[in-house]
Amino acid sequence: MEMKIVAERTKLWADKPSPYCPGCGHGIVHRIVCELLEEMGLADNCVFMAPVGCSILAYTFLNVDVCQPAHGRTPAAATGIKRYRPDTFVVSYQGDGDLAAIGTAEIVHAASRGENITTVFVNNAIYGMTGGQMAPTTLPGQKATTCPDGRDVKAGMGYPIRVCELLRSLGGVAYLARTTVHDAAGAIQTKRAMRKAFETQVRGEGFSLVEVLSPCPVNWGMGSLEALRFVGENMTAYYPPGEFKVSGAEV
Amino acid sequence: MAKGKIVVDIDKCKGCELCITACRHGVIALAPAGRANVQGYRYLEVIHPERCTGCAMCAQMCPDAAITVWRESGKGKA
Ligand SMILES: Cc1ncc(C[n+]2csc(CCOP(=O)(O)OP(=O)(O)O)c2C)c(N)n1
Ligand code: SF4
Ligand code: SF4
Ligand code: SF4
Repeated sequence: MEMKIVAERTKLWADKPSPYCPGCGHGIVHRIVCELLEEMGLADNCVFMAPVGCSILAYTFLNVDVCQPAHGRTPAAATGIKRYRPDTFVVSYQGDGDLAAIGTAEIVHAASRGENITTVFVNNAIYGMTGGQMAPTTLPGQKATTCPDGRDVKAGMGYPIRVCELLRSLGGVAYLARTTVHDAAGAIQTKRAMRKAFETQVRGEGFSLVEVLSPCPVNWGMGSLEALRFVGENMTAYYPPGEFKVSGAEV
Repeated sequence: MAKGKIVVDIDKCKGCELCITACRHGVIALAPAGRANVQGYRYLEVIHPERCTGCAMCAQMCPDAAITVWRESGKGKA
């Protein structure tokens, strides 16, 4: 019987190893974004906004146009590109430090203005690039270099921010979902949600965002399989996956 | 005859084992300790090719896009 290819390396990745640590969720999410850009014929006209954070390194191996704004200003710069060239497909990629700490104002207002861009929000509950400091999304009790005994919400460290729940009330938000990549079913679901978000932008419906729960084994001090379990058990318990908004209506 | 086949791009692999957690058929495993690729990682090997169904779950999990999957035709794309 004849065999046909059902999965292969996206042509949008350069022919060299990716810059990320073994088992890093950024690789899975980049791969899904690139597969969709290719499948949907959007790659030639795409600008990939890379944040400050580990995924700043996207430009080193992605064969798409990459723009790298200042920390947290990713949605603001994405707004400028999309408004000046509305035919450009804009992927605004952010980590949780970039989006939910220094860039909180930018994401809230881009969403509220209904900017027609797609935000890919990788929530790994830590600052990866700078060596594992506590992020706004670090779970209660989770250890980081700046909370070595674990995040203590009562000791002034505050509560983890649920970004989808925070943004859902904003009128400009057309598509909003949270997914996980801790197993293959989650990765497939992530691709499905991301496709819907991309279609939302293509149709010009407004702001779309997919939050992806994602492992950072190195800064969590875990092996890659233990990190998958942490996402599947601890992160999904605090950050329930699912769709929050479709075509501007709350689900 | 196996219904599927995978090929691993050994030098892109980082030995993270995410793909192994996704394979329900025991097709893949890391190379024995001491064997490393150009990056210095133990890499993925196919140990039971005859069991592969071509389901592509391994490829869904690979952060390094190091796996190509073939499946008997007539079953659609994953
Ligand atoms: C204005 C400014 N402040 C602080 C930093 C230092 N810095 C670099 S990356 C980063 C946080 C990265 O965390 P996150 O956004 O969660 O991305 P990750 O690396 O985890 O993917 C910080 C604080 C910076 N580069 N610029
Ligand atoms: S530090 Fe964490 S987020 Fe950054 S590349 Fe390594 S595993 Fe990924
Ligand atoms: S295609 Fe399916 S059966 Fe074959 S190695 Fe991958 S996960 Fe295992
Ligand atoms: S998931 Fe990819 S990088 Fe990790 S061990 Fe498997 S083939 Fe190698």
